[in-house]
Amino acid sequence: MNATATKPEAFPEKHYVNAEYGIRSWLLTTDHKRIALLYLVSVTGFFFIGGIFAALIRIHLLTPAGYLVTPETYNKLFTMHGVAMIFFFLIPAIPAVLGNFLIPLMIGAKDLAFPRINLLSWYLYMIGGGLVLFSFLSGGLDTGWTFYTPLSSVYSNSAVAPAVLGIFINGFSSILTGLNFLVTIHTMRAPGMTWFRMPMFVWTHYATSIIMILGTPVVATTLALAGMERLFHLGFFNPALGGDPVLFQHLFWFYSHPAVYIMILPAMGVISEIITTFARKPLFGYKVMTAASLAIAVVGFLVWTHHMFVAGQSTYAALAFSLLTMLVAVPSAVKTFNWTATMYKGSVSYDTPMLYAFGFIGLFLIGGLTGLFLGTLGTDIHIHDTMFVVAHFHYIMVGGAVFGYMGGLHLWWPKISGRMYPEFVARISAIVLFVGFNMTFFPQFVMGYIGMPRRYHTYPPEFQVLNVLSTAGASILAIGYIVPIFYLLWSIRHGAIAGRNPWPSTGLEWQTASPPPTENFAVTPEVTWEAYDFDNRPDLGLARAADRGHK
Amino acid sequence: MQSQLPLFPEQASNFAGSIDALMFYILVTAVFFAVTVTLVVLYFAVKFRRTDEKEIGTPIHGSTTLEVAWTILPLILALVMFAWGASIYVNYRQPPADTLDIYVIGKQWMWKLQQPDGRREINELHIPVNRNVKLIMASEDVIHDFFVPAFRVKMDVVPGRYTTLWFRPTKTGRYHFFCSQYCGTNHAIMGGWVTVMEPADYAAWLSGEQADINPAAAGEKLFAQFACSSCHLLTGKGRGPSLMGVYGSKVLLADGSTVLADEAYIRESILNPKAKIVAGYQPLMPTFQGQVSEDQILSLTAYIKSLQVQTAPAAPAAAAPDTGKK
Amino acid sequence: MHRTGELYGHFKTPGQQREAASLGMWVFLITEIMFFGGIFLTYAINRSMYPDIFAEASRELNVRMGGINTAVLIASSFTMAMAVWASQTGKKKQLTLFLILTLILGSVFLGVKYFEYAEKFHHHLVPGRNFQFPGDVGSRAHAQLFFSLYFGMTGLHALHMIVGAGLLLWLVKESLRGRYTPQYNTPVELVGLYWHFVDIIWIYLFPLLYLIDRH
Repeated sequence: MNATATKPEAFPEKHYVNAEYGIRSWLLTTDHKRIALLYLVSVTGFFFIGGIFAALIRIHLLTPAGYLVTPETYNKLFTMHGVAMIFFFLIPAIPAVLGNFLIPLMIGAKDLAFPRINLLSWYLYMIGGGLVLFSFLSGGLDTGWTFYTPLSSVYSNSAVAPAVLGIFINGFSSILTGLNFLVTIHTMRAPGMTWFRMPMFVWTHYATSIIMILGTPVVATTLALAGMERLFHLGFFNPALGGDPVLFQHLFWFYSHPAVYIMILPAMGVISEIITTFARKPLFGYKVMTAASLAIAVVGFLVWTHHMFVAGQSTYAALAFSLLTMLVAVPSAVKTFNWTATMYKGSVSYDTPMLYAFGFIGLFLIGGLTGLFLGTLGTDIHIHDTMFVVAHFHYIMVGGAVFGYMGGLHLWWPKISGRMYPEFVARISAIVLFVGFNMTFFPQFVMGYIGMPRRYHTYPPEFQVLNVLSTAGASILAIGYIVPIFYLLWSIRHGAIAGRNPWPSTGLEWQTASPPPTENFAVTPEVTWEAYDFDNRPDLGLARAADRGHK
Repeated sequence: MQSQLPLFPEQASNFAGSIDALMFYILVTAVFFAVTVTLVVLYFAVKFRRTDEKEIGTPIHGSTTLEVAWTILPLILALVMFAWGASIYVNYRQPPADTLDIYVIGKQWMWKLQQPDGRREINELHIPVNRNVKLIMASEDVIHDFFVPAFRVKMDVVPGRYTTLWFRPTKTGRYHFFCSQYCGTNHAIMGGWVTVMEPADYAAWLSGEQADINPAAAGEKLFAQFACSSCHLLTGKGRGPSLMGVYGSKVLLADGSTVLADEAYIRESILNPKAKIVAGYQPLMPTFQGQVSEDQILSLTAYIKSLQVQTAPAAPAAAAPDTGKK
Repeated sequence: MHRTGELYGHFKTPGQQREAASLGMWVFLITEIMFFGGIFLTYAINRSMYPDIFAEASRELNVRMGGINTAVLIASSFTMAMAVWASQTGKKKQLTLFLILTLILGSVFLGVKYFEYAEKFHHHLVPGRNFQFPGDVGSRAHAQLFFSLYFGMTGLHALHMIVGAGLLLWLVKESLRGRYTPQYNTPVELVGLYWHFVDIIWIYLFPLLYLIDRH
């Protein structure tokens, strides 16, 4: 591996994309990189489906009476927005696209441990997605993405059963992906790639896999029970037949709270890679960062009833779960501080991925800190189930997970496509996304605090100014999402040739060609360096400036 | 409240001030961290910007002191939030003894509320200022949630069980209340107004129109209609225990434990009588699940609550003025 | 995915492949535990709410058939363990024999289960419009909860048995071709793990469903 970033490299003649041709070569591929591309296309599709629903919601809320659609349709819009975005975009986005593509490359493996199961995961995702789209088209879905019983199991008139079945099947996609990652990370590392030499991206996916493995089966059971309750008029969660609707909430949140960490942990991994690459420094507190990732995964399982502080659970349970919720805030705070400290005495550039990382830190901070209002018992009484919650989780999920995904897509786009994206347009679009996002969601914190409940198709006039602001922001936000589609597609043909390590960065994935060959590495690499060790990597062609003026 | 861009809702209950104070503490902490970290990030980004394409940063791998410090500091601040929030929450979950009890039933998509004397309202609630009010809530269908932003309180209304919510309004006026747990098509219009009145005005309002039948009296009729009275003799010699004075007392169960006879216990005993068997009695009572409506359970409960030793038995009319002050 | 002998191209050594496969199966079984865990929890909560009706409803189950099935499954676990042993020691004929025995015992279990379900159907104990149970409306609802859980839990278990039987069929076919040797027997070992897991689930289901009121 004697690549240097300066010498222009030719585009590789043979790589994973042109290794085979024809639709069959894609639909029956077992190459993790091709499967990642299959996911890339499908999650993008779901993202825009969910995005259209979101746009309609924001337009509808321009006036207090509701501008656009009937109450039934509005309820379907926010439900389908949630289902499409959470189960079919946010949960798979970073793991199934970037994780799939990069984990074998980062640890020096030729593929995931179970390539055929990897393909099966994608098919399960597509079958689940197909069923959910069928539900959307055949009457829609109006239960809220949370499927609370008995509304979903008895009272709703919408197409609940196919949607629940779709999410159930999609759950197995997630379980098998987690299983595949976990086994791969355990058994497929290249010689010299010890646990504590792994990139943070791999560590966060390891933590994510644990959640997928332990949490997803529970929500699968839960939705199966709710679905059977609906189809066969059973009573697991229906009080009229002796069941307990609060039990559903317990089972549902046992998965769905950790699911938040399925969305955010991989993004944290991406951000760690971006900041080290563009500050050209080791990650500050690497071992603490790994511990924090695992702590988030484990403690994340012990906080689920903080979604139910006002659902009538016992006071003692609420106290215990509030305390644990406060504890899970700490590793997230530590991570933020460590990313900041990583920039200290770095060599910081402002490339697009780094702009997304700056955005991530700012938005994740706000998202995390507003979580304190909700995790604290006294204040949750007031803001629970208001627009404040909506703003909070969009800061985490969009500001955190989507910014991480966008940053990662830009960081590794040269590796995936072999081409550079146009830097200037990309920077502008990152800034537009940041501004639009804040304009859309910041007003919703205030809306919630002054008392607007969530999931309202019509609202008292005192909330209108804030709603109009939010909708205005959403139109800017939409631009920030659409522009990258165009310039990324453009770059596939017209972008500058990237070369194997354009930034340059230290990970193993940058040691092979861009795009990589099907077998990833011509020779299995042997790792002799620590993660992010720019100082001992003469092969990168970089050096410490002895006399930097600003030191 | 109707201004164009309100940033603070009105504070109109005993909880509003304390919850807002805690909000303020968390807000100050949050703003401090958000601003500090943002400024540091921006400062580092400018100060350590790349000046030479080939340069790398100084290899710094971490600092135990710093990392311990910024683990412990947020932990302490978070624990303060927890403790403060917990004290408010415990208070919010424990209604005081002297409450004005309002019965609330949520159904798709309206609220039915009933005063202690039986006056019924729909999507309207009239209560006196500076008086502890307890809402005893049940749902006829799906989960709802009773939310009064000006009081800073809410509580889910769950089918199959009672939940309670208490507060003390501190300011007269009219305040929005909302359903804040998504409950189907017209979730957004399932709300109304709480009118907080001076006690004199409240009394006048109460006597203003013909009150509906007193719930305790209605309950007494149901008690006979469902043949409860054939077993639950007030003398204590029936096949079921006497219900005289049972409300608010500690009941000894067959398994040796005791249970406080509150609204939830009475409700459970009607719907699932075998769950808790009173010591000395056989599990003979059939369940009334599916046979009594939520309204009727509330009436039965009100009647059983009225059976207190100091009032004349079976004289609910006389007991009525007291029911609110149990 | 090219393959050299039994070694897939993305693995470096047979040892690595075996380790990955075995870890994969263990992790899969953990997900199965969580999967069944949700429904066991639902059972536990409902039973604690309605202990008497659950006991009463449990008496409607056929303990004899359940008991026979328990014995059949334990025996099948034994033959499965013998099959794994035979594959490790290279006794190819015995391997096939034990796999077929396991398959037969698994089919017996499913057959008995079929008769049990048919009996419930005749007695109107299948949840739904035709469900009948003595007692008032409440008892009927709570008994229906029991039978919903009974069919849910045993049905899910039976589904796992059917999957297991399919896997056994495949193993029988491959073992007849003499594919499994002391050097390569991972599939036998992993199906064995799965089979034992499904047995253990039944070992929990039997007392929880059949023996509530018989002590």
